[in-house]
Amino acid sequence: MVLQKDAIKITKVYKKFGNPPKEYWWDQIGKKNAASANHHENGNGHHNTDNNNKRRMVVAVNQVSFDVKEGEIFGVLGPNGSGKSTLIRLMSTLLLPDGGKIEVMGHDLSLEPLTVQKLINRVSVEASFFKKLSPMENLIYGARLYGLSAKETKVRVVEILTRLGLDQHSIYHPMEEMSRGMQQKVAIARALLSRPSILLLDEPTTGLDPVSKREVQAVVRELQELDGTTIVLTTHDMMEADNLCNRIAIIHKGEIIALDTPVELKKLAPPVNGTQPSLEDVFIHLTGTKLQEDAE
Amino acid sequence: MTQAIQNIQATYAFVERNANLVKRYWAWELVWLTYSLANSLSVSYIGLGMEALTGQEANIDGRYLVLYLVIGTLVWRYLSLIFIWITDIIQIERWEGTIEYTLMAPISRWVHMAGQTLFAVAYSFFFTGIILAISVSLFQIDLSNANLVGGLLTLVSGSFSFIGIGIMASVLPLLFPERGAQMTHIVIALLLLVSGVYYPVSVLPEALQALSAFSPATFVLEGVRAALLEGAPMAQLWPFIWPVLGMGVISIPAGLKIFNLAEQFAKRTGRLARNG
Repeated sequence: MVLQKDAIKITKVYKKFGNPPKEYWWDQIGKKNAASANHHENGNGHHNTDNNNKRRMVVAVNQVSFDVKEGEIFGVLGPNGSGKSTLIRLMSTLLLPDGGKIEVMGHDLSLEPLTVQKLINRVSVEASFFKKLSPMENLIYGARLYGLSAKETKVRVVEILTRLGLDQHSIYHPMEEMSRGMQQKVAIARALLSRPSILLLDEPTTGLDPVSKREVQAVVRELQELDGTTIVLTTHDMMEADNLCNRIAIIHKGEIIALDTPVELKKLAPPVNGTQPSLEDVFIHLTGTKLQEDAE
Repeated sequence: MTQAIQNIQATYAFVERNANLVKRYWAWELVWLTYSLANSLSVSYIGLGMEALTGQEANIDGRYLVLYLVIGTLVWRYLSLIFIWITDIIQIERWEGTIEYTLMAPISRWVHMAGQTLFAVAYSFFFTGIILAISVSLFQIDLSNANLVGGLLTLVSGSFSFIGIGIMASVLPLLFPERGAQMTHIVIALLLLVSGVYYPVSVLPEALQALSAFSPATFVLEGVRAALLEGAPMAQLWPFIWPVLGMGVISIPAGLKIFNLAEQFAKRTGRLARNG
């Protein structure tokens, strides 16, 4: 595979939630006992600033820079709360960065959001739909927003959902009657309908059974190989990242701590019992914590 | 495909989606219709009840009073339904988590709101039409001398201003997913109080009378009553129509601006995410 120019270019992106604490005169009263202005890090690894627990600032993404090449499957690997979903939301125009720049196919996301929105689509960890509506009704709604006709959409919906292993019967029944795994497949179909140049997948296989997981992973691979779609995939599943991604960025406490191909990343940690280390070993080596521990 | 056709396609997406929601929630719609009908009829019966209550049958024109109240309930039902459909759908989108997908779609807020409001107006017409038909047959209302076209024109003109107010109020469920929709009720309640829905504005205290001039519903109600009760010609209805059209011209762009600002704020503070 020949990697092309940058599909996404992220430069020193910074995103915080909440505000730094302000100190009022009454905070001075009994400051010693109340410990009103302490500064520490929370369990998720973000930099928090507490002021008597009244205000809390979280730096979700801290000066992150990387680029994603056209046609690449780029993984963002990290525990829950490490900033993966924030990054995806920033790339999909659902969050505005507090600093830095995001360019999608050469378009500045802050200046040309509508142009960027035409190029991207996203699958989130939660399959969000109008649960009373059927997959067909939900997907026609979504497709029309991207300028697709209902006639074309109806054919493609059946085609994509059948490919993802859904039976035709469930396509016309309310989504509330479907399992979470099936709903997630409909979410993937929604993203594929608009034929995005860049697909942002935010933990798309979380909560899926092993068979569904494999089906989704096969579709991701197919998208890259047949359509040349650029894919950004966030996950905390080491195997998934290892199997699917051309390059992986490991994110920890809102910062990228390593970025390379899976093979090169594994060279960052010493061999374990004489065998090549896994990505989890690399993560432990780089952060001193396990992915699961860090997630809690 | 040209941008114009894409915009029409996207506008229709909202109309079709909301129609599908109504279809799927048909049982709830039936309950809502029954409730609204019972409510309208209860208020309208006050007109007939006044004769019996006061014992002044000779001095009170019960039929006139019934029509006065029927117009009040129907106009109010129509305008408030437009408002509710615009604000509540944002609440539903927040609840279902679909708001992120709607807001990341490559469409302008004009297109988004055009779709929402087109459906809201069509739904409100249909819903109110059913209540009107039942009220007319039940109270044997005589509309032979009414200026029906003038009344309808006044009502439609009033829709625009309520669309603008609805778009402004839909910022509340956008920013406050848990209680935002309930917060919009205060807007509706205040408009109901000052607009003269069930009584002439003149009976209100002076301060509230002053506020009534800012409510488009005041003009719509007075215009529709003039058209249907007095059979006022179009020339006499213009003083009611132009103020509401003017309010619409101001409130719709203002509503869109406010919604855009709220959207930017939500994107800056991370309020669009369903959880956390």
